[in-house]
Amino acid sequence: MNKRLLYFFLPLVVFLAVSVFLFRGLYSDPTELESVLVGKPVPQFELQDIYELDKQHHSNIFEGEPLLLNVWATWCPTCRAEHEFLNTLAEQGVKIIGLNYKDDRGKAINWLAQLGNPYAINLYDEKGLLALDLGVYGAPETYLIDSQGIIRYRHVGDVNARNWQQELAPIFSAME
Amino acid sequence: MRVLVLLLGLISSAAFAAIDVYEFDSEQQEALFRELTQELRCPKCQNNNIADSNAGLAQDLREKTYQLVKQGNDKQQVLDYMVDRYGNFVRYDPPLTPAVLILWLSPLLVIVFGGVYLLGRNRNSSEKEPLVEEGERERLAKLIEQTERDKQ
Repeated sequence: MNKRLLYFFLPLVVFLAVSVFLFRGLYSDPTELESVLVGKPVPQFELQDIYELDKQHHSNIFEGEPLLLNVWATWCPTCRAEHEFLNTLAEQGVKIIGLNYKDDRGKAINWLAQLGNPYAINLYDEKGLLALDLGVYGAPETYLIDSQGIIRYRHVGDVNARNWQQELAPIFSAME
Repeated sequence: MRVLVLLLGLISSAAFAAIDVYEFDSEQQEALFRELTQELRCPKCQNNNIADSNAGLAQDLREKTYQLVKQGNDKQQVLDYMVDRYGNFVRYDPPLTPAVLILWLSPLLVIVFGGVYLLGRNRNSSEKEPLVEEGERERLAKLIEQTERDKQ
């Protein structure tokens, strides 16, 4: 009798498991890749400040407090779309470090003058060196980094009020 | 005809101008570069390898692959470099991880379990319902005996 029940319910259980798996697949975005650097420190680098040519930054700028690393460029329309919200976040006291990715310095400085500067520090990565080490595959990308300089999460695409509240803020406030 | 040849010449030189030029120290290096750019997948334009794609990121990865090959790294070292940054997604020939193993083995498991189930069901049914039942068998034997006798 037990065996009968098993034969009866096993296909049902398998069917349900496959259904759940495929249903989740319907709403997942295949262009959103999980970063392999989650749980690892920000790679070593030496990059110029966007404003001061003789000022070099190193990976120790990521230590001290939890912060966001935002990869942006003036050639990226979505970056423009999210810029307003980054300004709001900076006003709320969220520390954001910018990584200007394969861009023109003049254009970038212009953009910041016009749209506001939410970044505590802005790195100028003309050749995409740090971006390559981070596994950046497009802009914008936003990394959540804890006070030890360990990457905790990568968000691909624009940051807006909705995904900040739903996805990012809980992780950000839980970081130490 | 001559005009046509001239035109063709123009087209091909224009096409050449768009191709990146890489110089290698040896033929092995060039072959390795070709092999790697065929096997590495562009994370941005997801269904292209970095040899085929013209996306900015693919160009960067080609350039990086070139530098690494030129520096004398072997195939595994270049692949490791890319996987450390972009994950196994960046390879068109990913290594056998547990998740990949499930993908390969699950069809086999379905066939094996299905086969075992079918065999078990067949055996059960042949045990439960023999072709001729005990009482019937005796009657059959008698009938055959009688027909044989009638024939004689």
